[in-house]
Amino acid sequence: MLLSWLNILAGGVLIGIVYALIGSGLTIMFGVMRVVNFAHGEMVVAGMYMGYFAHSLLGLPAPLAAIIAAVVMFAFGYLLQRLLVEKFMARPQHIQFILFIGIALVITGLHLAIFGPDAHAVDGPITFATISLGPLSLDLVRVQAAGGAAVLILSLVLFLRLAPLGQAMRAAADNRTGSLVIGLNVPRICALASGIGAACAGAAGALISPVFDTEPYLGLEFTLIAFVTVIVGGLGSLAGALVGGVLIGLAEASAALAIDPQLKTAFSYGLLLLVLLLRPRGLFGADAG
Amino acid sequence: MSAPLLQLLGISRRFGGVAALDGLDLDLPQGGITALVGPNGAGKTTCFSIIAGALSPTSGQVKFAGETITGLPPESVCRRGIARTFQVVRPMRDLSVLENAMIGAFGWTRHVATARLAAADALAMVGLTAKANAAVGHLTLPDRKMLELARALSTRPRLLLLDEVMAGLRPTEADAVVAVLRRLAAGGLTILLVEHVMRIVMQAATRVVVLHHGALIADGTPAQVVQDPRVIESYLGASPTDPP
Amino acid sequence: MQVDRRLGWIAGAALFAGCAIAAPWLDGFTMSLLTLVFLFAWFGQASNLAMGFTGQLSLGHALFAGLGGYAVVIITTRYGLSPWFGLLIGMPIAAAAGAAIGWLAFRFGVRDVYFALLAIAVAEMMRVIFSNWNFVGGTGGIFLPALSPTNEPLRTLRGGALFYYAAALFLATAGTALLAWLRGARIGYLWRALRDDEAAARALGVRAPLHKILACAISAAMTALGGALYAHLNGVIFPDSMMGMALSIQIIIGPILGGLGTVFGPLVGALVVVPLGEISGTLGQSLGISGMNSIGYGLALILLIGLLPGGLWPAIVAGVQSLWRRR
Repeated sequence: MLLSWLNILAGGVLIGIVYALIGSGLTIMFGVMRVVNFAHGEMVVAGMYMGYFAHSLLGLPAPLAAIIAAVVMFAFGYLLQRLLVEKFMARPQHIQFILFIGIALVITGLHLAIFGPDAHAVDGPITFATISLGPLSLDLVRVQAAGGAAVLILSLVLFLRLAPLGQAMRAAADNRTGSLVIGLNVPRICALASGIGAACAGAAGALISPVFDTEPYLGLEFTLIAFVTVIVGGLGSLAGALVGGVLIGLAEASAALAIDPQLKTAFSYGLLLLVLLLRPRGLFGADAG
Repeated sequence: MSAPLLQLLGISRRFGGVAALDGLDLDLPQGGITALVGPNGAGKTTCFSIIAGALSPTSGQVKFAGETITGLPPESVCRRGIARTFQVVRPMRDLSVLENAMIGAFGWTRHVATARLAAADALAMVGLTAKANAAVGHLTLPDRKMLELARALSTRPRLLLLDEVMAGLRPTEADAVVAVLRRLAAGGLTILLVEHVMRIVMQAATRVVVLHHGALIADGTPAQVVQDPRVIESYLGASPTDPP
Repeated sequence: MQVDRRLGWIAGAALFAGCAIAAPWLDGFTMSLLTLVFLFAWFGQASNLAMGFTGQLSLGHALFAGLGGYAVVIITTRYGLSPWFGLLIGMPIAAAAGAAIGWLAFRFGVRDVYFALLAIAVAEMMRVIFSNWNFVGGTGGIFLPALSPTNEPLRTLRGGALFYYAAALFLATAGTALLAWLRGARIGYLWRALRDDEAAARALGVRAPLHKILACAISAAMTALGGALYAHLNGVIFPDSMMGMALSIQIIIGPILGGLGTVFGPLVGALVVVPLGEISGTLGQSLGISGMNSIGYGLALILLIGLLPGGLWPAIVAGVQSLWRRR
């Protein structure tokens, strides 16, 4: 009994790490661009399709597919910012909201038009494989997804801390006028942030493609999960996204255990509500508003 | 004489470890124009914000017309008769000049027509009648400052807090404002103003209060204060009096 | 400003009167399309009040529509009582929910993006709870029983296409008139002052908590009324369709495209958005490619906000003004 509980909770943590990667993308875009990407979930779904086809056509495992998805989605995010979103940076929030709803609709429509409305499930022996970790027995695809996500989050943190470009991004996130003054190319940094955000979403999608069935309409659900993750952690904070993701994964798993699997999303929204009210800027958000 | 209109009793305010105000006591009797001066960071704006309810003091009490108003939200303070202007003008961009001036009147009337009349009066007092129907975006800086003043007046205050309402104005424009303030004071309004330009302080104020490091270091008529050695050392001596 | 008002009143009155007179000659498709247009104009006015007048970006308005819809459907189907009684219960419940969200947001300093997300969180949580609550039908929803042949629309608030058309037209007219009146009323000025600069407004004596919460409550009650009509129009109510994020988005697209904070923007927005959705849907079907509707609708949204910064209605006003001057 206790063991199966632990198994389910561990599974929740593993998915939570992938949520953290999705949230990291959203949080980087918000931190640097001050724009909320309402099409984030659709970008995750795009990554899921890439993961699915990399597996079924090329036989690639999810972590390799994730690299392809990250590269493709980086280009997509970069160009999207340069060609479209850039023109809306100074517009009010509700206009940006409509812009991203429009982008989300176009992405969903493209998925529908190209892949059809049916669910695509990765199959094969890997989906049933488990690995044992001490007393725990974990789904291989989940471990693989969490591992891939952890590596990507870690490299993202290293990039932001150590690489000059990453440091420039953090400077731009901290102080926009200041970074303009010291001569940072802010539009290019925004495009990079947009690319990295989309790459996180795409890679996460590819990583979870063997875990969840891929369908065009999943986008909104992932967007909402990403919101909950980053708001719990604090919009704009990477550490927050990590903690938020794991907390949401845990909350979903324990809700499924303790109450009813159907209510797991209600549980994570409850967690979100609690955090919003106790710490309006999230667990790791800056207090000054 | 009756009790003072405004009383600050031992007001302190800390930001982190720094004391912006440190046990400030101040009585403001009914009527007159009092200038609050002091070098940058002396705590003038903090003092205003605490009186107006935008900030809570760390300790101490604010009394207005005999009633304790410490910790009341800004709208309640305003409704008791204290109006303020902001150092950086904050007009409501989607309302016309007249509509901006109407907002304050809604604190004491429910009728739009009455508010409109009161706003027109307030605009007339500051000389903005001709621009009543303009969009605020089209106003010049002096006009915006005057709108800020008119908005505060439309609340029908007993005490008016003016935060650098003359900063950025040319001397002739500032003189016009001083004339308006004198007229208001003659009508019985009590005015407390924060001002940097000493020439205006000397001209407008009936009393000058000097703050330094969050405490009161001098209090008297303009002529007395400018001769106070502590004031000269801490403030006046440090900076040339008047920009050209 | 002047042209804005006059043009609005003439165009609005002509539109509403024309639609009322034309009713007997409308074919079924046009009538049902216009019914949706007017219903979403009403929803749009409700969210315009919260978003355009008071500046609170609410992405959770489906919650209020759902509360109104469920209250009426449950009162009529489970208890056999009058739908008017259902409105009498549903609208205050929605208003209380709106006030609660407004109060929480104010009390805890939740604003801007965070307010939008708070509203989404509450709405989504309620949707999931309703999906798992047997009393309200769960995910299976509640289907309305067939109408009796002796049905009286004003007693059951249900009827044929003409009834819904008339009801939606009435709501759209009433909503537009209400917002026009509120805009020039005391509270309208206070709301707009709060939206433009809350700190400055409070310093001028505007009671921010009271007026913001009031705006949330009125907006929620209006949305609940629309939700009740929407549920009756659909003949069925599901948590996903009546409380989901998709409906919340649909509700606020119209006023944003039409021009937030203007009286006629939500009406113009609904006139464009609802047919746009229908046309892109039929176009997608006739081309036989699924997803084309979504692509077309999305592109149209991006194009519209890209080309018309302040929304459709202000653009129309500016156009008419320049024509006027040229004459």
